[in-house]
Amino acid sequence: MEKFSYVNATSLEQVTTLLDDSRWGEVMLIAGGTDLLGELKEYIETPKTLVNLKTLPGMDGIKVDDAAGLTIGALTTITDIAKHPAIRHHYAVLAEAAGSIATPQIRNVGTLGGNLCQRPRCWYYRDEATSCLKKGGDICFAVDGLSKYHAILGGDPVYIVHPSDLAPALIALGASVKIVGPEGEKTMSLEDFFTLPAANPFRENVLQPNEIVVEVQVPPAKPNTKSFYLKAREKGAPDFALASVAAVFEMNEKTCVSASIVLGGVAPAPWRSKEAEATLTGKMIDDTVSKQAGADAVKDAQPLNDNAYKVTLTQNLVSRAAMMATS
Amino acid sequence: MASWGEASESRLIGKRIPRLSGKDKVTGKAKYTFDINRPGMLYGRILRSEVARANVVGLDLNDAEAMPGVRAVLPLIEVGRQIRYQGQEIAAVAAETDDIAKDAIRRIRVDLEELPHVVTEEDAMRENAPQIRDDWAGNQSEPNVREEGDINAGFEQAAVEVEATYHTPVQTHVCLETHGHVAEWENDENLIVWASTQGVFGVRNDLAGRFNLPANQVRVITEHMGGGFGSKFGPGVEGRTAVELARLTGRPVKLMLTRKAEHLVAGNRPSMTQHVRAAATSDGRIIAYDMKGYGTGGISSGAGFQAPYVYHVPNRRAERRNVAVNVGNQRAMRAPGHPQGAFAMDSLMDELAEKLGMNPLEFRRINDPSEIRQAQYTLGAQEIGWHRRNSVPGSGTGVKKRGMGVGSGQWGGGGGGGTQARVTINSDGTVEAVTGTQDIGTGIRTAIAIIVAEELGLNPTDIMVKVGDSGPGLPSGGSGGSQTTASVAPVIKTAAAAAKQKLFQRVAPQLQAPVEDLRVGNRTIYVVSDRTKTIKWELATGQLGMESISEGGEWDRELRQGGVAGTQFAEVEVDTETGAISVIKIVAVQDCGLAINRLTTESQINGGVIMGLGQALLEERFMDAVTGRMLNANLEDYKVPGTFEIPEIKSIVFDTHRKVTGVGEPPCIPTLGAIANAVYNAIGVRIRELPITPDKILTALAEKKA
Repeated sequence: MEKFSYVNATSLEQVTTLLDDSRWGEVMLIAGGTDLLGELKEYIETPKTLVNLKTLPGMDGIKVDDAAGLTIGALTTITDIAKHPAIRHHYAVLAEAAGSIATPQIRNVGTLGGNLCQRPRCWYYRDEATSCLKKGGDICFAVDGLSKYHAILGGDPVYIVHPSDLAPALIALGASVKIVGPEGEKTMSLEDFFTLPAANPFRENVLQPNEIVVEVQVPPAKPNTKSFYLKAREKGAPDFALASVAAVFEMNEKTCVSASIVLGGVAPAPWRSKEAEATLTGKMIDDTVSKQAGADAVKDAQPLNDNAYKVTLTQNLVSRAAMMATS
Repeated sequence: MASWGEASESRLIGKRIPRLSGKDKVTGKAKYTFDINRPGMLYGRILRSEVARANVVGLDLNDAEAMPGVRAVLPLIEVGRQIRYQGQEIAAVAAETDDIAKDAIRRIRVDLEELPHVVTEEDAMRENAPQIRDDWAGNQSEPNVREEGDINAGFEQAAVEVEATYHTPVQTHVCLETHGHVAEWENDENLIVWASTQGVFGVRNDLAGRFNLPANQVRVITEHMGGGFGSKFGPGVEGRTAVELARLTGRPVKLMLTRKAEHLVAGNRPSMTQHVRAAATSDGRIIAYDMKGYGTGGISSGAGFQAPYVYHVPNRRAERRNVAVNVGNQRAMRAPGHPQGAFAMDSLMDELAEKLGMNPLEFRRINDPSEIRQAQYTLGAQEIGWHRRNSVPGSGTGVKKRGMGVGSGQWGGGGGGGTQARVTINSDGTVEAVTGTQDIGTGIRTAIAIIVAEELGLNPTDIMVKVGDSGPGLPSGGSGGSQTTASVAPVIKTAAAAAKQKLFQRVAPQLQAPVEDLRVGNRTIYVVSDRTKTIKWELATGQLGMESISEGGEWDRELRQGGVAGTQFAEVEVDTETGAISVIKIVAVQDCGLAINRLTTESQINGGVIMGLGQALLEERFMDAVTGRMLNANLEDYKVPGTFEIPEIKSIVFDTHRKVTGVGEPPCIPTLGAIANAVYNAIGVRIRELPITPDKILTALAEKKA
């Protein structure tokens, strides 16, 4: 990696002041570093300054409140999320997603904020010598190249997939994200936080160069809620999702009162399937309805040369999640 | 005639004995080449090409040389030469720290004139493809054709016929310890090299030749080694570069390959594509076999594979070609040519059996000439519960379907001469066994201790075994071809027996018995005709005074034997909605002659099964046709089995005789066919391309449905 200076952060004000308001990559933030270190070592990023967030007080921790719901600081480790008793009990989809990430070592240092803001795993993007569209080049090499692990939805013009497991789970739970910038803090829905390449081929979210994610809030869990995170991968661990489904169902017996279905590993952003949700909402879930929901989730899919299997896989995962809500 | 004696007489040989270096390895005390640090040591790094094919037009080392902390910069390719694959060496740096070395290679300016490349077999064989080898038309070698019998006559007798194409992609070795060396010149004339190698004497002789040194002035040490699998013979460019950088700077230099370079240039198992047409008679005999196939070993040749394999085919024709691509060269990899050939053959066997309506195991019994495997079929089928297998493939109910399959393999492993060894008994009772072999993780160190301890009535921990060092000047061959134990064990055994005889001669007068009547007991020597006459080990050796006994041995052919047969059974479960495959159990029945150490023999079998499982289900090198680069030169997207993938493995040491035979390689062979056939038995759809990954399962199931 290139040399950089290293600053231990003391306050959010200091962090937002340090961040360059016009350029990405000059000043970068590091918490667990499980993603950033790889980018530095592969010369994908060459910042002049790294700001260590772990010295910031009060930015980790999980709070559960009946009225306010769940609040998770951005520096909370993935292990802490996976093991938290209230999350396991009331927000199973989130605990399952956290538990499915990488390896114990990575979960012990990786943080919520880092997981949401991590960069794509695309093998063209991660190759220093390949100047791809995401890095300012002319083409997305996956279009005519090897695309087994690439997007089937929302790709044009960059066919990366968003690698986060926590993001689909949190979006399915209706989470919002608190962001601090020079002008103070703002809160937005996590779903709106992520963007598609058509809007910005270079980034995966709306965060500005001088902003920082500080917290995620999840509304109180509704009664009679069932939630699941299903992640298909080629090996048990560590492996990123070929496709994943975060599903939250409000059930009345076998009838689905409301459904929230968010796909991971298949699009450049966590992909909310309003089509599948509409198919399930208000219905008695059975084999036919669940299959229909699966089919509706992928009806806009446009696979590349090597990833048509993801259409079937995603469809099957959505159907499986729906059936699980009935048992 | 020399023999290892009867099993009932053995106190140690054939028992399960923990490896002597186990504790050092798990506590981190064991020092691998990567762990060697010398006073004043510099760090070496190599700049490699990211381009698959190019002319080198210019090379400017000035900026790198000018960097503070850089002690030497060495060009590794001349201007005017051609780069032929990604990863090819351009120049090397030695610097005070590894970080400086890493920065310095990025300051080397190389001017490349890019040329059209081909990195996949399909592109290489395309009409009008760029010609990347002057000596091969169409980037393909002349076919190697082997024919026996009369295939046309064979096909005329056919009751059923199968025609299919089988493919295995390039697999890389993935040694946990990458290739590398620490080189140190003691003066201009004496060179010492710590090497992660499978052959300390091979590295010694290579370096002595290249640096014009007498062989006895080069010492190569490999105390512990983190995996080679056939890829670590000779110093390679990186080893010679480390030595040259050390010579230029007058300082020790450590140069280890990066994980990326390990994938790119440190060898691989060639790919295989074979189109085969085969036939069987109505009574279940394979009668004809016609195969046309090719593989790539990179820019070089060496992409052979076994076809047909194991089973008897009277009328056969096999035509193989090498295809050249602009990718790093192949090297021997655990049972070269066998796993890929076995996968195709065992798949074909099942396809023929199904067309005949026969149980695939019965079909094998008819066509397998090996009596040993015939017995193994019975044992393995019993262990896996073959009767539970789906008689109709894919007939299981539910989303997750189970199936069973079988596969076979064979190997040599009979060892060879050329090993020198000494067993020394000192007057204080201590014993040393010294030889120039190397323990590449297989446990030969422990096997040597067991043999000597058995011979002398001691415990394995009493024996100081010194291997992995050319310094004592006791040569042994490289550890490859599953030859180490069968090459080394007979020499150690005869050396220990000779040392024992010498000791008997010293104590015979005191025991008032002829030498022939003396035997070793538990740390004693006694007279067989009168067991009251006995002397404790230390009292016996105490008489040696300053004159230690030190004896050599000989490679007694009667103590070893080549040729092993193996068979494996797999049970798998396939999730038909996600395509996920989990292997439930592998039963590996491995013929192996006399297992010196049953525990490490079982470990060898376990390791082979895991490697075979990786090739069957996970491993594949992905080359990008446009950029000419490997897309997964890492351990994230080049996937090897982890704990979640490893099933219950029942390793059965099938010892058919009491002569030593190597089994390092054969247990990785039958796994592929067993798993592929089990997947077919589970879902009723055959995957003819490895690795069998979820995408292939889902695609095949969708095609079947449509």
